Amino acid sequence: MLLDISLQTDPGTISDDPVMEARRQIEICNACRYCEGFCSVFPAITRDKVFADGDITQLANLCHNCRGCYYACQYTAPHEFDLNLPRALATARVESWERLAWPQAPARLFQRHATPVALMLVVSLALLFWLISALPGGGDGFYAWLSHGAMVAIFTPAFLLPLVSIGVSLRRYWVETGGGAVTGKAMAQAIRDAGRLRNLSGGQGQGCNFEKAERFSDARRHAHQAVMYGFLLCFAATASGTVLHYVFDAPAPYGFWSMPKLLGVPGGLLLVAGCAFMLVLRRKADPALGAPGRSGGESAFIWLLGLTGLTGLILYALRGSDATGIALAIHLGTVLALFLLLPFSKMAHGFYRFAALVRDAGDR
Amino acid sequence: MNDAQALAKESWDIVIAGGGNAALCAAIEAAEAGAKVLILEGAPKAYRGGNSRHTRNFRCMHHGALGPLVESYDEQEFWADLLRVTKGETDEDLARHTIRTSAECLPWMQAHGVRFQPSLAGTLSLDRTNAFFLGGGKALVNAYYLTAEDLGVRVLYDAQVTHVAMEGRRATHVEATIGDTPLRFATRAVILASGGFQSDIDWLARAWGPSARNFLIRGTPYNRGVVLKDMLDQGAQSVGDPTQCHAVAIDGRAPKFDGGIATRLDCVPFSVVVNRDGERFYDEGEDTWPKRYAIWGRLVAAQPDQVGFSIIDSRSIDLFMPSVYPPITADTLEELAERMELPADRLIATIEAFNAACRPGEFHPQDLDGLATEGLEPPKTNWARPITEPPFYGYILRPGVTFTYLGLKVDRTARAAGPDGPYDNIWSAGEMMAGSILGQGYLAGFGMTIGTVFGRIAGQEAAAHVA
Repeated sequence: MLLDISLQTDPGTISDDPVMEARRQIEICNACRYCEGFCSVFPAITRDKVFADGDITQLANLCHNCRGCYYACQYTAPHEFDLNLPRALATARVESWERLAWPQAPARLFQRHATPVALMLVVSLALLFWLISALPGGGDGFYAWLSHGAMVAIFTPAFLLPLVSIGVSLRRYWVETGGGAVTGKAMAQAIRDAGRLRNLSGGQGQGCNFEKAERFSDARRHAHQAVMYGFLLCFAATASGTVLHYVFDAPAPYGFWSMPKLLGVPGGLLLVAGCAFMLVLRRKADPALGAPGRSGGESAFIWLLGLTGLTGLILYALRGSDATGIALAIHLGTVLALFLLLPFSKMAHGFYRFAALVRDAGDR
Repeated sequence: MNDAQALAKESWDIVIAGGGNAALCAAIEAAEAGAKVLILEGAPKAYRGGNSRHTRNFRCMHHGALGPLVESYDEQEFWADLLRVTKGETDEDLARHTIRTSAECLPWMQAHGVRFQPSLAGTLSLDRTNAFFLGGGKALVNAYYLTAEDLGVRVLYDAQVTHVAMEGRRATHVEATIGDTPLRFATRAVILASGGFQSDIDWLARAWGPSARNFLIRGTPYNRGVVLKDMLDQGAQSVGDPTQCHAVAIDGRAPKFDGGIATRLDCVPFSVVVNRDGERFYDEGEDTWPKRYAIWGRLVAAQPDQVGFSIIDSRSIDLFMPSVYPPITADTLEELAERMELPADRLIATIEAFNAACRPGEFHPQDLDGLATEGLEPPKTNWARPITEPPFYGYILRPGVTFTYLGLKVDRTARAAGPDGPYDNIWSAGEMMAGSILGQGYLAGFGMTIGTVFGRIAGQEAAAHVA
């Protein structure tokens, strides 16, 4: 096949367009290749000589923003090549999330700004307070405040519709990046890479350069592991409750030695600790190496995620007391906001990132 | 009072001029031995590390696998490689000492923060001889600065050393300009590791000739040879041909300074190279590119305006590592000539003569395929395939200077010497003394070997002197 060299850009032509600028920088990286051992992005770059728009989207979503390449780079400003690959890829990445979202408008709003996220939380909380006060309860534990039927009626669409939206986006992603059939092997590799956050390891386990500039640290990897596994445990707790309810005819409330609590309590603790840790790290990190104009939306999302865990733990702590109703409204309102924002907030990155890892594992 | 003025009031065990690999190795060794060390780096922090910033590997003797290195690379083979590139312009005693010591340097580097990675894509031929730095030379430099700072070494940036003040054979203090402020640093020992003079274009033009003004400098603009000149003016003994520099052919559109690895151009063996007048001047297919890129710097330097034009057709565009600059593209040779500002009639005549001299045969881009021209002067002895399939592509070649050979003469203990013999308390390391060992040519990764070996020696010796 003939190489389409017309895709190549001039290294000196800095662009405001996120895809063009990422392409310019990636081409310089491909002519250098010193960073090959840091993460999956650089070996993926060396597999190509020119980069179509879909290639840029794939590389941008494969990048975990560990920043190792920035501090190692001989071409960062004031050099005229002005490389800042973490920022260029982050910019192309958030732009791809907003472009591929279905619908796009809420993604542009919630990815960028904190206030709409907070407003969404307020509206969700108000809705839950109103529902709890307006609808009759029906059952034990928190079902005394809001019946199981009402919860199912609210949360089934609130969970499934965002998933449909994400599904549409992932399909768009796969088409844009030219992904082929997914193999079990690629899927297994992607699960291993995501599960261990291999791309935040610095290539040799020394970690990334997020909060300590050129010094390596595993702090962000640990914080992210806590958030990710905390969230997955909480999700598993809810799922196990659903199974207990429908399969084993064992409705809530559950004691401490039950699956929902054994998964949910450590999950909630991990989620809260991870989000707090992540927010602390973000304050120390250099914003010039992340996506411009998304810091507010990202931080608000981490707060929302952490609050989901925290309000769940509070609800458990206050079980059986008079405050259960209030705690329930707050927790369910937070969860509702989180679910509704799933395709339009930083939460979406998990889906795109996983798709990029699957795609990369298939290409290797 | 700012930091620099405060540091100038202190009295130092060792002041190091320069802030690249050799300087840092010296600083770390000296600080570990207990010395109080100050680094005066001429570049601002963003550009610290001299040419080490642009390096990517370390040539290392070893018996059996060592770090990322496979198989073995023994002293005899290493020495033979060095002898081949230098054509004997080397000091055997110093060279063998460097080679032997290189093996113990690799674990030392790892212990002081340097990380290695497997050979990069497209460099498999080096996986036995050269250990690649994870992230390249700037990552190495960063790791060493962190290690040095953790050991209490102080660093001043934008600190150009202007004069090493001496009484007899003894350095008494170092004068430097920090930003715009001239300051004096009293010290008991001095280590000079501030590189060559290739970025002083006037000096380069005086040494090489006025054509040197058209050369590009591949590395740091801060290697202006200020300290080297100061020492030579004071009668320090020198080595290395003062008129020579090491230059390779790079993309002619590269920045004047600091273009580094990305400006490399690998298309020559598959191309026809003409000068400004559209004439060929050398066998493009004499050998594989890794063995020939160095001589093409000189070849292009000898052409009018110090420029060359490498021309391929669409069949060859996918045969080499991508260049960072897009090729000049055209559907006809005439149009290509116009875009490259070459005389179209001359270029077309040259290409037609070349095409007519090509012979049928098997084309193997990875091996010396012996596909040679017949009856053409100069001949192309491999990969001679007619340039006929549009689109046609052109790249511009210019000499890119890597380093200069002139340096300070040192002994095995890295001690520099004045008119009356060795100085009492001045050592030198890195590019600044590499001419002792590498008097001609270049061996990939060997500059870092010399810098590491002699940087460490200089640090140890200076620390022992002040202990």
